[in-house]
Amino acid sequence: MSDPGIRSDEIAVEPDVDGEAVVPDGELEPTSERAGSLWADAWRQLRRKPLFLISAGLIVLMVVIAIWPGLFTSVDPRDCRLENSLLRPSAEHWFGTDLQGCDYYALTIHGARVSISIGILVTIFATLIAIVFGSIAGYYGGVIDSIIARITDIWFAIPVILGGIVILNLFRQRGVLQVSFVLILLGWPTMLRLVRSSVLSAKEMDYVDAARALGIKNARIIRRHILPNSLAPVIVYATITVGVIISAEAALSFLGVGLQLPSISWGLMISEAQNRIRSAPHLLLFPGLFLSVTVFSFILMGDALRDALDPRLR
Amino acid sequence: MGRYLARRVLQFIPVFFGATLLIFVMVWVIPGDPIRALGGDRRLSESVVQAMRAQFNLDDPLFIQYFKYIGGVFRGDFGTDFSGRPVLDLMQQRLPVTIRLALLAFVFEVIIGIIAGIVAGIRKGGFLDNLVLTSTLVVIAIPIFVLGFVAQIVFGVQLGWFPVSGIRQGWTSYLLPAIVLGSLSLAYIARLTRASLAENLRADYVRTATAKGLSRRRVVGVHTLRNSMIPVVTFLAIDLGGLMGGAIITETIFNIPGLGRAVFEGVQGQEGTVVVGIVTFLVIVYMVANLLVDVLYAVLDPRIRYE
Repeated sequence: MSDPGIRSDEIAVEPDVDGEAVVPDGELEPTSERAGSLWADAWRQLRRKPLFLISAGLIVLMVVIAIWPGLFTSVDPRDCRLENSLLRPSAEHWFGTDLQGCDYYALTIHGARVSISIGILVTIFATLIAIVFGSIAGYYGGVIDSIIARITDIWFAIPVILGGIVILNLFRQRGVLQVSFVLILLGWPTMLRLVRSSVLSAKEMDYVDAARALGIKNARIIRRHILPNSLAPVIVYATITVGVIISAEAALSFLGVGLQLPSISWGLMISEAQNRIRSAPHLLLFPGLFLSVTVFSFILMGDALRDALDPRLR
Repeated sequence: MGRYLARRVLQFIPVFFGATLLIFVMVWVIPGDPIRALGGDRRLSESVVQAMRAQFNLDDPLFIQYFKYIGGVFRGDFGTDFSGRPVLDLMQQRLPVTIRLALLAFVFEVIIGIIAGIVAGIRKGGFLDNLVLTSTLVVIAIPIFVLGFVAQIVFGVQLGWFPVSGIRQGWTSYLLPAIVLGSLSLAYIARLTRASLAENLRADYVRTATAKGLSRRRVVGVHTLRNSMIPVVTFLAIDLGGLMGGAIITETIFNIPGLGRAVFEGVQGQEGTVVVGIVTFLVIVYMVANLLVDVLYAVLDPRIRYE
């Protein structure tokens, strides 16, 4: 079946990934007898890649900021003084202040939590849905596969931002949970297609036939033999998805259908800043910079992982 | 070919009805009173609520409601806003602006994207290749609204090369928004062209052509490019639908009065029916574009028809 969504998307992993299970040969020369697993090879390669190290470092930094914002600022982002409204960056207020006179550095630091948690939460749940139903569809085939594939086609037809606007526009209260829920709802189809095609090719392997011949139950074959060998492209794509979802959340908040005040989020801060880009460009610059760096790190990490996990692309 | 076409169109029908039903269900059947949700914070009088219940057939069973609604969509009836103006009117007024913006973005991304891809793909691993790979990665990673605002501040406000917002200055006011709108797809096109070209340059027929003594220009320009363009062309077709949707953010930033801006204004002004109507329309455009891509792909690449 043709699959324009994944096929045309060069950054996503090719859907017809096969040979994930075989030990890559050719360019990778095993240095010792036991060096053979894809993951061990990938890890050895990644450790030497500056892009991977940079993106991993940035991601760790952002996650630390998200978990313990207090490590980076002791200023309360909601302790605002109107007399300090719209100050330019200075020694006292590194990133300046916003219209209400809140310290912008503290706001930007505290904004990380929402973005990172939505990105990771949505990716985990969307990936879980995709893994469960994608492997069922790919492994069993037949009627179940057709039903799951058709339902996926339908959901796939609704772009995330468009669907997000329609659904979220109806919610009066929009917090992290509501926004995450809607993004999960709209985010799983691409991932499911990826899992399914990946499982389809892993299913053809001899060791699966061998397991079946030994009388091992289907559920166990999927869990122990198929999934571990078809997860590589899923992990690559999931990493990129975290970045894409963070970007989508910010876009929805910017359009006024995402998070609401008094939540602190980069998308909201950019939305608030848009009317003052001439008089106070710093209001746009700092949340935009943090947002871009975060999204960039996840996409860069996905790129590096793909290079390491899919030797054929080199 | 006929069989493939028929199968593909048949597959489209359930997807079309499924996706529109999904949107419909999400809007009208969610718990709570949809009319009041569409009205936002507005206090709707009892008579308005009654009129809207009748207008959207909310007292009918779900499926009857849906079929009346989709029948209306086929006739171009996307409902009315809260002042009674048909959403279709608004769409007719706004659509040309969005199409102009999307077409300009399209021309920009095709020309620059393909050239960048070819330059990178011909010498894989060279300086230009790395330059294209790095710059496209940066464009992919920066959210479009950050990119848009930065472009607006730098090129519009500080350098003064482009109009800052609105469409008062004729087609020049579309330039910067179109570049921003097209930038993401440009990055994909460049990467896709590069990968496809680099792969095809290793093919046997290219070696044959070179061995025959053809010039490098002819080998790359005619033999290889033609085959390498297949995935790119199909991406372009699907992207035209994507540009219409992507215009929501770009038009909001640059204050371009197109369909996307209308969605944003609908959200701000809590005109729920306007938002739902236009988004439904955009989703339909996107689905039809998807269908066309698959057909186009089969026309360009005979292997697809025989799977």
